[in-house]
Amino acid sequence: MRSIRAAATGAVTLSLVLAATACGGGSSSGGGSNDSPKTLTYWASNQGASIAVDQQVLQPELDKFQKQTGIKVKLEVVPWTDLLNRILTATTSGQGPDVLNIGNSWSASLQATGALLPWDTGNFAKIGGKDRFVDSALGSTGAAGKDPAAVPLYSMAYALYYNKKIFADAGIGQPPATWDELVADGKKIQARGKSALGAEGSNPSENIHHVFVFAKQRGADFFTADGKPDFTDPKVVDAVKSYVDLMAKDKVIPTGDAEYAQNQSVSDFAKGKQAMLLWQSASANLKSQGMSEDAYGIAPVPVISGTPGPGTQVDSMVAGINLAVFKNTHNLDGATKFVKFMTSDEEQKVLNKAYSTIPPVKSAQADPAFSTPANTVLKNTFTTSAAALPQVASESQFETAVGTAVKDLFADAAAGRAVTTDSVKAALQKAQQQMPAA
Amino acid sequence: MTTTTAFKEPVRHTTPGAAAREPRRRTGRLRRVSLPYLLLLPALLLELLVHLVPMVIGIVMSFKELTQFYIRDWSTAPWSGLGNYKVSVDFDAPVGQALLHSFYVTVGFTLLSVGLCWLIGTAAAVFMQDTFRGRGLLRALFLVPYALPVYAAVITWVFMFQHDNGLVNHVLHDQLHLTGKPSFWLIGDNSFYALLTVSVWKGWPFAFLIVMAGLQNIPRELYEAAALDGAGMWQQIRRITLPSLRPVNQVLVLVLFLWTFNDFNTPYVLFGRSAPEAADLISVHIYQASFVTWNFGTGSAMSVLLLLFLLVVTGVYLLFTSRGRRASADV
Amino acid sequence: MSSPPLASPRRNSPTAPPRSFLWSRRIFLTLLTGFVLVPVYVMVSSSLKPLADVTGKFRWLPSGLTIRPYIDIWSTVPLAKYFMNSLIVAGAATICSVVIAVFAAYAVSRYDFRGKRVFTVTVLSTQMFPGILFLLPLFLIYVNIGNATGIALFGSRGGLILTYLTFSLPFSIWMLIGYFDSVPRDLDEAALVDGCGPLGALLRIVVPAAVPGIVAVAVYAFMTAWGEVLFASVMTNDATRTLAVGLQGYSTLNNVYWNQIMAASLVVSVPVVAGFLLLQRYLVAGLTAGAVK
Repeated sequence: MRSIRAAATGAVTLSLVLAATACGGGSSSGGGSNDSPKTLTYWASNQGASIAVDQQVLQPELDKFQKQTGIKVKLEVVPWTDLLNRILTATTSGQGPDVLNIGNSWSASLQATGALLPWDTGNFAKIGGKDRFVDSALGSTGAAGKDPAAVPLYSMAYALYYNKKIFADAGIGQPPATWDELVADGKKIQARGKSALGAEGSNPSENIHHVFVFAKQRGADFFTADGKPDFTDPKVVDAVKSYVDLMAKDKVIPTGDAEYAQNQSVSDFAKGKQAMLLWQSASANLKSQGMSEDAYGIAPVPVISGTPGPGTQVDSMVAGINLAVFKNTHNLDGATKFVKFMTSDEEQKVLNKAYSTIPPVKSAQADPAFSTPANTVLKNTFTTSAAALPQVASESQFETAVGTAVKDLFADAAAGRAVTTDSVKAALQKAQQQMPAA
Repeated sequence: MTTTTAFKEPVRHTTPGAAAREPRRRTGRLRRVSLPYLLLLPALLLELLVHLVPMVIGIVMSFKELTQFYIRDWSTAPWSGLGNYKVSVDFDAPVGQALLHSFYVTVGFTLLSVGLCWLIGTAAAVFMQDTFRGRGLLRALFLVPYALPVYAAVITWVFMFQHDNGLVNHVLHDQLHLTGKPSFWLIGDNSFYALLTVSVWKGWPFAFLIVMAGLQNIPRELYEAAALDGAGMWQQIRRITLPSLRPVNQVLVLVLFLWTFNDFNTPYVLFGRSAPEAADLISVHIYQASFVTWNFGTGSAMSVLLLLFLLVVTGVYLLFTSRGRRASADV
Repeated sequence: MSSPPLASPRRNSPTAPPRSFLWSRRIFLTLLTGFVLVPVYVMVSSSLKPLADVTGKFRWLPSGLTIRPYIDIWSTVPLAKYFMNSLIVAGAATICSVVIAVFAAYAVSRYDFRGKRVFTVTVLSTQMFPGILFLLPLFLIYVNIGNATGIALFGSRGGLILTYLTFSLPFSIWMLIGYFDSVPRDLDEAALVDGCGPLGALLRIVVPAAVPGIVAVAVYAFMTAWGEVLFASVMTNDATRTLAVGLQGYSTLNNVYWNQIMAASLVVSVPVVAGFLLLQRYLVAGLTAGAVK
């Protein structure tokens, strides 16, 4: 009986709390504070071959930071499948990390929530100034005309990875520089029983990255200058169709890749089953799967004609990871110090080497480690011929809507159904209508 | 609160202990009055906390324009009146169309899945009513799919349904040569059948379990009487077994229906965040509408519509199937 | 605790089953066994294959047997930690759920009181709520309780326990009501005469008589908590992640380690499946007297 009473008392308390809170809701606290100056929570994205690898890479650096500043950083490596959801719940609840990694293409979307600390001139001054960073990296940190929502941390670019032995066996002297050459080379490779090019047909984000570049090469954009979706522009339709046609018409991407969504195409390449791969900074990944660095070459992603450059010669998105400070942080000064630490020349070199990425910090790029032939290709692509994904608030919806449309088109192609201009246009029209009206 | 609380006393007046209990009853009067409520309190509060209050908040949200601009403090999100509902049921526009499509897919899938689960479960239970060698082993085996954690079970099916390396294509294409070329199961139109297969595989043992339990309540005399009348095995099943299972089936089918209709785990593990159109179940659809596109207002409106639909279906179903059964207060 | 009477009124009809029946039974059960067994076989055999076997063309028999996957699973993701989390969460949710359900079902079964029907209907109707509808609101409530009282529900095991126990509560209460109804009232009467209070009667008489029903309910509650994905994916963090979500770690890496996925799935399944099969006699007996009465 006594326990029942205790339970009842507890329950009544609980219901009072409920009544008090249910009408409130949401987080109300505004800016950050310095309530807990000795600790920081840091959410890192999964950059290495596994979460354990990330912990091994980051922990020594965090220890170094603690030694310098006395601030203890609690690290959590969040898998990509969870990251956006976790940021979303953190935003909604106001209970999140102090510092976090975000995919740079999410910058504008997350900026719109108002959950991230804006990097105005004053804040940038605390970490050494905005001009320490490469321009293209800064182009993917938030909507134009607004203070960036994050600062660049790791930069990546797409490149064409090709298997040297398969190319030699097929009698191909050098990697293709245009899409026509790629298709022609692909046929030769297929004639020898290997598959030509890999793709992640069921991964909406991968699809977006490629159709974005295809659109750029046709002088088209998915959004108008004032940020309205414009998916049915004939050039955009042509871009999406051409990408899907690599499987549907040109048949250089095997139909099986239509259901890939977990980087199986990287494994196929690493195992020597497939001759080419369009990927961002794949070296560390390929190494972890046992592919020797001598076995493959790296070339710029093909263009329609000519050589990569700005404008219609773009051959990659500005890929990368940004570092953001959560507005609700309880250690604003510490968080800023941590960003300064992570973007310092020394840390930039250590971390970008570990992840085979390119430092977005100019002075760190000068390190010889980033001038190997492979890294030169990536570095040049990143600085001269990469374009930032649309910096609009609805970017994440765009990735979902169009990325899924492309996924469905790949499924059609795989099932042997015709992929026509009309069917592509219809799919894109549907995607456009699902975008938020604002 | 005036109370009508009292110990149920259908036959108790005649029990010899009634007089002896009299003093206790007086002293414990208040306690006895509130006791059932006290006993219910924990359950009630928890249901309030985890189900009812959140549901009310969810309904409130469905009237708000809760997009990424407002999630940081949802109480500041502007009211949108019926806006979210209008978008959801405007079947001429893509959002409404997609929802309607998803609804049809879910209804079709649920009917087929529940039907098959029930059929296989009942058949297996009836066939295993009599003892035979290996019956216990078989029964244990049949319960394994139900006992497996969802993730473990579904991921195994994903492995088997792969296009290039899966067992299903290996058997259908490489070994039996039934298909001209390997089929896709996890994308495109076949994904519906893949989902159905997994759902039935995981779900039928529950029907089996319940029907098996139901069979134990059928009095043996019924069969003996039927046998004396010269009814054969098949006739006994048709005339005694199946009719006797009616009340069990009433609940079983309803529970299966609700679970299957609301199932999120199976399609989510099978297809990930964006399900193929042919297998776009409503729970994943709503998840995508709210979590992937960050429009919780519309997502909530869709959920409320779904809830209303289930309420109506359940109500009609209970009304319909209860006709002829005694109106019972305790379900 | 004696074994529950499972073998009760089996049909054993006086008429011998006809040939057609026996053949249908044989064919049906054989096909069904195949359907059930194939994925189980795939899970077991793949978990013992080297990586090359599971990333290449499917093969029925492994090219070589290895127990490496069973060693690797513990280091690829922190499986042991997830295991502990799941064990704590599912265990606590089960115990709480059973205790609360026993009280509630006893009240409904033994008392007449105002609001009884409203209570049973409300509790049962929560079964039809789409989880997605209250996921975000629930999460907000937990956060707000945390802000107001300092009790961390969001991201903690406590919050998950609370959530899961209510998931199984409706079905448990409903089933136990049926079971308690089948326990003769005269028994509690006798206990009351002997000087037990109503709770004494519940604990000393009704609960022991209802063991099969309670075991069935506990098994159900445990399984519900052990396998849930949606709420766990939003409401846990690195430290509190449960198995159902943690297992996804094997395929978010650069390579899909199918053999490890299968090994981990098997390791995760063994406790529940074993428990379930051990207790299935109680389950059937519990359902017989409770749910399907």
